[in-house]
Amino acid sequence: MPIKKVGHYTVEYMQILDEKGKLDKALEPEIPDDRLLDLYRHMATARDSDNRMLALQRQGRIGTFPLCTGQEAPACGAALAMRDDDWLVASYRERGARMMRGEPPTQDYLYHNGWEEGSALAEPKSMLRTAPIAIILGSQLLHAVGIAYAMKLRGEKDTAVVTFCGDGATSQGDVHEAMNFATVWNVPVVFVVQNNQWAISHPRDKQMKCKTIAQRAIAYEMPGLQIDGNDALACYKAISDALERARAGEGPSLIEAVTYRLLMHTTADDPKKYRSKEEEDSWWAKDPLIRFRDYLKKKKLLDDAKIKAIDAEIHAEVKQHVADFEAMGGFKMDAPFDHVFGTKHALIDRQRAMFLADLNRAQAADQVAETAHA
Amino acid sequence: MPKMNMVQAINLAMMQEMASDETVVVLGEDVGVNEGVFRVTAGLHNAYGADRVIDTPLAESAIMGTAIGMSMGGLKPVAEMQFSGFSYLAFPQLEGHASRMRARTQGIFTCPLVVRMPYGGGVRALEHHSESREATYAHIPGLKVLTPSTPRNARALLVAAIRDPDPVIYMEPKRVYRAYKEEVPDEEEVLPIGQASIARKGDALTVVTWGAMLHPTLAAVDAVQEARGIEIEVVDLLTISPMDADSFVESVKKTGRAVVVQEAPRSFSVSAEVIAHINDDALMYLEAPIKRITHYDVPTPFFGRENYYIPSEDRIRWAIEETLDFN
Repeated sequence: MPIKKVGHYTVEYMQILDEKGKLDKALEPEIPDDRLLDLYRHMATARDSDNRMLALQRQGRIGTFPLCTGQEAPACGAALAMRDDDWLVASYRERGARMMRGEPPTQDYLYHNGWEEGSALAEPKSMLRTAPIAIILGSQLLHAVGIAYAMKLRGEKDTAVVTFCGDGATSQGDVHEAMNFATVWNVPVVFVVQNNQWAISHPRDKQMKCKTIAQRAIAYEMPGLQIDGNDALACYKAISDALERARAGEGPSLIEAVTYRLLMHTTADDPKKYRSKEEEDSWWAKDPLIRFRDYLKKKKLLDDAKIKAIDAEIHAEVKQHVADFEAMGGFKMDAPFDHVFGTKHALIDRQRAMFLADLNRAQAADQVAETAHA
Repeated sequence: MPKMNMVQAINLAMMQEMASDETVVVLGEDVGVNEGVFRVTAGLHNAYGADRVIDTPLAESAIMGTAIGMSMGGLKPVAEMQFSGFSYLAFPQLEGHASRMRARTQGIFTCPLVVRMPYGGGVRALEHHSESREATYAHIPGLKVLTPSTPRNARALLVAAIRDPDPVIYMEPKRVYRAYKEEVPDEEEVLPIGQASIARKGDALTVVTWGAMLHPTLAAVDAVQEARGIEIEVVDLLTISPMDADSFVESVKKTGRAVVVQEAPRSFSVSAEVIAHINDDALMYLEAPIKRITHYDVPTPFFGRENYYIPSEDRIRWAIEETLDFN
């Protein structure tokens, strides 16, 4: 019997605004001017915030944090495509998306300075549908699928979940399990993989043999699309289309956003150890922020003077947020005991009393030491 | 009151909670059409349909991870791990997310969910099907760990677990599943989480135990009581974490002697925790060193040897007698 072909597959790539600024008019999404400017503002804020946080970290004023410079487009593009009642279940490089959903930047700073208060916000309403930062790679995709299942079972109309992970995370079993469950259950999820080429020091081609991450969608019988992740328009359009599909009950999709982590993995990392300056330079030439800014200039929404003014405004805002963050404090030291369980238990109450006694003693000892020092 | 075995009693809890709260869903491998490999989910699929009694693909981490998502999204999932031996695949989701979602968001997000898993030996089962690993879960702050011991308390504790605002690991002693029947009321019955039960009242000695070990313990206690004409107190923990230490501390203050019986390996275990609490709060009341009867620190042997490794009625009786005779 002759061997038959039982499947034939192609993987598509979408770019709307290329690295030279050339626009594909046919694919250009219709976005109102104020939303376009909002997108620029948030991408630029995420970038400025990264720089500011890096300086703070080097001065010992904030803890270790992951950087998002170069990856602003997928996060902000997603947030632009989403509604408040959609869920965002992101990883840790989606600073811009969280801000666009209304999270004050002070939350980010608090979180990365070691305070749970930085991931505990009930307002605005969209925060109740913005899952906390997920550190364990790929694990959050399963939460996204469960949330989507809940939405569907509870009969929510016109809502969906957008979830993010990186190229490194795709090696995790949870990512496979999430995609498999999502398609079997046909739930409204958009999987966005930020392929930034590096999982700390491990390059993409040693992470996986397959040429694209998008092609994995084929194995789950869902649409998969590779996009230029440094093209904000492509990010917005791809995620919008996938959201529309999800909202219409047509199930999950996978989007591979090809991008680059221009700076270190976290402030504890030194990329010089594993990659070349030439490689980094080649990606600085594809900077998503500059590319999108130039698009807005061509559309006459911005000019050099306006850009200068907006950037200065953003810079001042970020500075103010940092000042606000640094003025925060006096957090309740025994707060962790409030949130072990939702019910009261003698065991926890007693340990709180032990903690408070030890805390008082430690603080008194500190005071004695300070007085002696003075 | 109808008489039920533990399988039927656990089933009753789910049946009634699904009827009274439409956000309760059951998910796991073979829990729907097949009604569970132990038939614990019998009738649920028929009564509530495939959307609420979900036959999942075969992946424990995904069952756990999606259950976490469902709980964040307003459902109350009751996830089944087909055997506790397979639950370790779900461990990262429990440790990394379910246990700490409330803490890391200061109560903004919570995971009200139940993970049911049959555990323990004594049923001549295949490898990986006989472990008693309650300490593994109890060591994680933020998880509640329950080990029912009888049909009636199994039903009442599962109702409490489903209504609880936190992630609850509900470990079912499969050796007791069909061992005997007990009267279980049709009407609602809820036992509070975090409260042990006094299974026998007495003043001569305190035995602390839980789960399947309650039954050989009671048999040993009955034998000693009859032979010596004394009364022994038996504390059935029911909740492993958060532990109700007052229950056995107060008992030991009265009896001055204690034996702890557990099916799990000896070191780093719940019995050690029980003894530590007695040390903290009742040391000066002790008239004898506390003995513990446990499994040994060996990987669970195949079932050909299991009866000599799992605490038996004889071993428990010997420990009780030696502790009573110590002076």
